[in-house]
Amino acid sequence: MKIDRRSFMKLAGSGAACLTLGQLGVSLTPVRAYAGDLKISGAKEVVTVCPFCSVSCHIIGYVKEGKLVSTEGDPDYPINEGSLCAKGAAMLTMTTSHHRLQKPLYRAPYSDKWEEKSWDWMLDRIARRIKDTRDKDLILKNAKGDTVNRLESMFLLGTSHAGNEECAIAHQAMRGLGVVHMDHQARI
Amino acid sequence: MTNHWIDIKNADSILIMGSNAAEHHPISFKWVLEAKDKGATVMHVDPKFSRTSARSDFHVPLRSGTDIAFLGGMIKYILENDAYFKEYVVEYTNASLIVGKDFGFSDGLFTGYDAKTRSYDKSKWGFEMDENGVPKRDKTLKNPRCVFQLMKKHYSRYGIDAVSSTTGVSAENLLKVYKTYAATGKPDKAGTVMYALGWTQHTVGVQNIRSAGIIQLLLGNIGVAGGGINALRGEPNVQGSTDHALLYHIIPGYMAMPHNGWQTYDDYNKANTPVSRDPMSANWWQNKPKYFTSLLKAWYGDSATQENGFCYELLPKVEKGEDYSYMYLFDRMYRNKIRGGIIIGLNPMNSIPNTNKVRKALDNLDWLVASELHHSETTDNWHRPGVDPKKVKTEVFLLPSAHRLEKEGSVTNSGRWLLWHYQVVPPAFEAKPFGDMFVGFMQRLKALYAKEGGTLPEAVLKLDYPDKYDSDELCARINGRFTRDTKVGDKLYKKGQLVPSFAALQADGSTSSLNWLYTGSFTEEDGNKAKRRDTAQTDMQKAIGLYPNWAWCWPVNRRVLYNRASVDLNGKPYNPAKAVIEWKDGKWVGDVPDGGWPPLATGKGKLPFIMTVHGTGQLYGPGRMDGPFSEHYEPVETPVNSNMFSKQLSSPVYKFMSSDMDKLAKPADPNYPIVLTTYNVTEHWCGGGETRNIPNLLEAEPQLYVEMSPELAQEKGIKNGDGVIVESIRGRVEAIAMVTIRMRPLKVHGRIIHEIGMPFCFGWTTPGTGDSTNRLTSWVGDPNTTIPEFKACCVNIRKADKLTELAT
Repeated sequence: MKIDRRSFMKLAGSGAACLTLGQLGVSLTPVRAYAGDLKISGAKEVVTVCPFCSVSCHIIGYVKEGKLVSTEGDPDYPINEGSLCAKGAAMLTMTTSHHRLQKPLYRAPYSDKWEEKSWDWMLDRIARRIKDTRDKDLILKNAKGDTVNRLESMFLLGTSHAGNEECAIAHQAMRGLGVVHMDHQARI
Repeated sequence: MTNHWIDIKNADSILIMGSNAAEHHPISFKWVLEAKDKGATVMHVDPKFSRTSARSDFHVPLRSGTDIAFLGGMIKYILENDAYFKEYVVEYTNASLIVGKDFGFSDGLFTGYDAKTRSYDKSKWGFEMDENGVPKRDKTLKNPRCVFQLMKKHYSRYGIDAVSSTTGVSAENLLKVYKTYAATGKPDKAGTVMYALGWTQHTVGVQNIRSAGIIQLLLGNIGVAGGGINALRGEPNVQGSTDHALLYHIIPGYMAMPHNGWQTYDDYNKANTPVSRDPMSANWWQNKPKYFTSLLKAWYGDSATQENGFCYELLPKVEKGEDYSYMYLFDRMYRNKIRGGIIIGLNPMNSIPNTNKVRKALDNLDWLVASELHHSETTDNWHRPGVDPKKVKTEVFLLPSAHRLEKEGSVTNSGRWLLWHYQVVPPAFEAKPFGDMFVGFMQRLKALYAKEGGTLPEAVLKLDYPDKYDSDELCARINGRFTRDTKVGDKLYKKGQLVPSFAALQADGSTSSLNWLYTGSFTEEDGNKAKRRDTAQTDMQKAIGLYPNWAWCWPVNRRVLYNRASVDLNGKPYNPAKAVIEWKDGKWVGDVPDGGWPPLATGKGKLPFIMTVHGTGQLYGPGRMDGPFSEHYEPVETPVNSNMFSKQLSSPVYKFMSSDMDKLAKPADPNYPIVLTTYNVTEHWCGGGETRNIPNLLEAEPQLYVEMSPELAQEKGIKNGDGVIVESIRGRVEAIAMVTIRMRPLKVHGRIIHEIGMPFCFGWTTPGTGDSTNRLTSWVGDPNTTIPEFKACCVNIRKADKLTELAT
């Protein structure tokens, strides 16, 4: 049977009771004993991609009782082969950082503080702001009389942090509204 | 990247320039080192000695902004020493094409220049055509008007002395790099170029890369394993976000944004569909109407019909020739022309130039929507140091966003691989993906327009917009579906089924696709291919690490672009040991070829550079704003007041702003004699918005510093560890002095010029770490891309009396 490094680890980690030593050609006992003590034992493994540079290293997230308990490089991904840089190795602390924004925050004009609001409240008000801006400022014809249907007074900036699907609907939304000022990290 | 990360291992020579790959793309360096272990020579040309330099065979320091002089010298070396790959140059590039009589070049300017508009009339740079409309060729390359001879003449001016005096690189070091790299001009040798923002962030950024393109084409290094022009794309999904075009000037799949000159669907197609009468040219973009129509069908669904031009009329049209990029947006915002907007996953108040101006510009907004993981200099701009919030009118909506581990979906890496990430844990607290935000307000807007009406409501109401954010379903929409029962070959596809390949997309409304490049990534037969984790390869594929069954890659799973240039006219690989494709028993094997036509020698083949109109690699590039050949111009802020190559000091067509806050130091300004370049560190990400909030990363790199040579430090009376003030004409920044031999004084124009370097990842919302380095950098841009010149501006430095931004 063909066993690559990753399948070996998986078999070893899950204590592959049905395998005989002859099948693998090595003794699993010490590996299994060690794995039993790790914080990742019994954890669900989920493959993700590092959110920083475009090498896009694969990372395995280990989840236990709904909580992320550890992350490590994915040894199967042919590009990073398990390695990660300092940022990639910081996925656990990135997820658990106490600096994370917790709730939608609203800052009223001329106010000196943030107020907590619900998502629905925020989205209702954002939609209203966009509509008012668009209804007032949409340019249907330019000075020459050409149809242009563009909204110059509203913009979108960002982001390469978004996935492909998010980018696709962001673009569709902006062009649908008539937005022409649109840019992101690709230009810097 | 024309190639991909693993392919770097196949190179015989690696030129890393405008990049510090070991620190900024650390895992890419695994493949550089693998090539080196097998005997490749690794060269690092960069102002600063870094970990990349330490692991290279040699490091060559050069002055920021002089890459074209350096590369122009290499082009001259290759041509004059006959180091180019002749068959490749003759058959696959435009070297043999005859340039029209209007083209000329004199003292730094190409023909067609209009000083009043600071632009070129590019129609002066066209090719001569024969009576059938096919470009005239001279395959002997002797015609004095052929590209090859014009190029030879153009770069003959880039002699070693002028290049050395401009760049600050010694003649010995220049020749060492030229000789080593030019050795890859043999059919069985390959050299790769790895670059990043160190090349793009200049007023001559595009021409920096064009210069490398010329070198790679001369040496026969495009399309081959271990070759290519490899942009080490920095941002997390910047390949995908560019493909899907979060940019003003294009729409998804690299098609032009409609402008007012193209009023109808037919106008658009006519103006944007290139025509070639050359039977040897595939002219792939002749298919553009199929891709464009499928995109309109995906955007407007059943509302888009042949009769209404597929709703083309509803789309916004930019004003022809107008620029809507960051630079112009913030200038308009500064002048109170912008009412509101959305900034997500981006921290422009820290990461774009002349930060003092953009921070002030943002105060002029009525409303701002932001979605972030943490507070940033952008979200909290209204209470930045020195500003009274009670005077800032902006209404700010700050939404907590989910990060990569908290959502599922696809991203595209720098090698164009489409990769799936699963949701590891649910979003923390009340965070949500960006996708939920867009769907959330768009559904509300649709409801509001249906209820209240408004201005041009149909543009919003007719959108076929998802009613919930579902990444798998959106992948299917991106791939595209048949809108009616359609037969492809022998197979019947039902309405609603997935389109198997972009070859099946149509211009009649029978197909939809949000991005033609991704068509084939999600099929009825194989499902969502981003999820594939199969390492199976044939021996041929294994020899170069192609991994065709791991995930999927655009276009059509082709891993090495222009790969038909890796074989001779009979389809035999130039380098059989590292073959990318080969014509065997009447078919291509290896990678997916750039079109399935038989080899050129059969008489039924097509030239390999299928995305260009004439099918050839463009040594001569008449489409750029600043000339068909690259030319050295000084950065806009420069420590010298003359150009060794012409009377034209800086690019005649660079873009600039003219507000009261857009000051520029004059050339060789004695108040700002030092060159500043900027970069990042392994532990922080760009503007630092995320990584400064990750405690272990902040602990590793806690504070803003400036690297300078011991010679400069001595001249300025600065000691290692001192607090210093760095000043440009636009602003001042506090930093800690790091005195190091990693920065070297350079001999330029016969005198010593100092260069210093600073990271730009620190900001005031992380107290004591320092604040934006970009308060120093200038708002001048490349004429093709409007990418600003972050990498070269002029400053001065002095010891600080006291520090207010940095914790001591």
